[in-house]
Amino acid sequence: MTSLQRVLTTLGQKEPDRVPFFLLLTMHGAKELGLSIKEYFSKPETVVEGQLRMRKKYRHDCIYNFFYAPVEVEAWGGEVIYYEDGPPNSGAPFIRKFDDIKKLAPPRVGDTLCLVKVLKAHEIMKAKVGDEVPIIGVVMSPFSLPVMQMGFDKYIQLMYERPELFEHLMKMNEEFCVEWANAQLNAGATAICYFDPVSSTTIIPREMYFKTGYEIAKRTISRIKGPTAIHMASGRCLPIIDDLAKTGTAMIGVSVLEDLCEIKAACKGRLTVFGNLNGIEMRRWTPEQTEAVVKTALAKAGPGGGFILADNHGEIPCQVPDHVLTAISEAVHRWGIYPLSWTKDRQV
Amino acid sequence: MTHMVESRNIPNELYDALLAVDRLSANKLLTETTSDWTATERIEQLVSPALSRMGEEWEKGKVSLSQMYMSALICGAIVGTILPPQASHTKVHPPIAIVTLEDYHLLGKKIVSSLVRSAGYELIDYGQGVTVGVLFEKLTRDGVRILMISTLMLRSALKVRTLVNMINGGGLDIKVVVGGAPFLFDDKLWEDVGADAMARTASDITSILDRMVKEVR
Repeated sequence: MTSLQRVLTTLGQKEPDRVPFFLLLTMHGAKELGLSIKEYFSKPETVVEGQLRMRKKYRHDCIYNFFYAPVEVEAWGGEVIYYEDGPPNSGAPFIRKFDDIKKLAPPRVGDTLCLVKVLKAHEIMKAKVGDEVPIIGVVMSPFSLPVMQMGFDKYIQLMYERPELFEHLMKMNEEFCVEWANAQLNAGATAICYFDPVSSTTIIPREMYFKTGYEIAKRTISRIKGPTAIHMASGRCLPIIDDLAKTGTAMIGVSVLEDLCEIKAACKGRLTVFGNLNGIEMRRWTPEQTEAVVKTALAKAGPGGGFILADNHGEIPCQVPDHVLTAISEAVHRWGIYPLSWTKDRQV
Repeated sequence: MTHMVESRNIPNELYDALLAVDRLSANKLLTETTSDWTATERIEQLVSPALSRMGEEWEKGKVSLSQMYMSALICGAIVGTILPPQASHTKVHPPIAIVTLEDYHLLGKKIVSSLVRSAGYELIDYGQGVTVGVLFEKLTRDGVRILMISTLMLRSALKVRTLVNMINGGGLDIKVVVGGAPFLFDDKLWEDVGADAMARTASDITSILDRMVKEVR
């Protein structure tokens, strides 16, 4: 099977030849090419080359065309801070007081250089890999983007205390998100990863999610012209799985804070689960630990399909050494072959 | 002194009001309903326990961060109004500072600051986006003895090691307490970076401070 066939089979809640796995690497490509993180993300060609080399090295099942989270903030006029040893981060929020929201206008994707660069990378990748492997595009959900637009603290206050401005911001963010997602699909992305950590019950209670993030996800995802995966970026989601299943998404990215067996059972074949290796802890795993962790995840969520092994955050830190990534790959290639007979006698 | 108000369970009522982000009810409970309590009693028997309980429930996944933040905000505002200007509630302690190291996500710092101030500590707030070098200069200048560091990104968490090396190399005697997402996802990280303690939730911090203040005196 090709990687795309493998992923599509598991999305259909059937067992492919082996458990698919996504190494969601954003910065390791820079190291591989001997570039600083800033240089690496300055050209679409280098990101494409980095992704292709990562896939060749680790034999995983996706191309991850995610530059960095604040690329969208940059598009809205915000500041991006680059580091040598970590992902680019958003600078001081550009919405400084609530009333600033009234003056905002969403950027147009085609006119925004940093976004056009990402689209160009999609085009080059698609030309190189065709339909052999899924290319994952990324958007921040309209509901989660404000964390970078205005800061977590102000945004929480906005949600609770300024409903009219909250709605106004969501309307603009939704328009931008839909245009941005569809532009990536048009440029070659196979699916869109919809990062929505604020919807996680780690951040807001379910009652609040049901009135806000849920409705926004339903509206936004229905207008995205391709498959989507909602990613909780390490946040919990077990109490809202039934709601997530109704948003129209095909997959959910889940946290190591929750048990994969429980998550898989709650999804009841309606959603494909991806996760939930601990990316923070991963940087100090030994090969033996890595194999054990991978085996546990495969045993808990692999049987029956509907599962893709990945990290739990949607971005593997650059501090994770190559030997750990190699050990993950080797463990999946050794233990992830269906029908996973070895899991039958195993207590999970 | 323990108060009863018409057999009502005021601590539970306050907790429920805070969970519901019901500012008016919380305010009423901490003012009218408990008007015969001293400010210190209201803080020590109602506010601090409610925020601590919330932190414990957050760790179990039963309370969300938004509820914790709004509760800290509501309590911080009410405590500010019920405390007299030179409050007897304020503790005597060596300089304590708080900072969000090298990034701009300051939610954790705000929650912890509110809780710690409610518990009677005075804090020097170094803000957010502060680099290790700048922070070291400030710590030296202010004679800080206990430093609380909040981080969201792994990269920032790892910078604590650089800071601790500078503190040790500079002969400063500062206890470092860390908190934030990277430390929650790797329970050995706080030791790796040379911190003296880690607060798993905001509610851990007051007991850590109580202990450290005794140690550094």
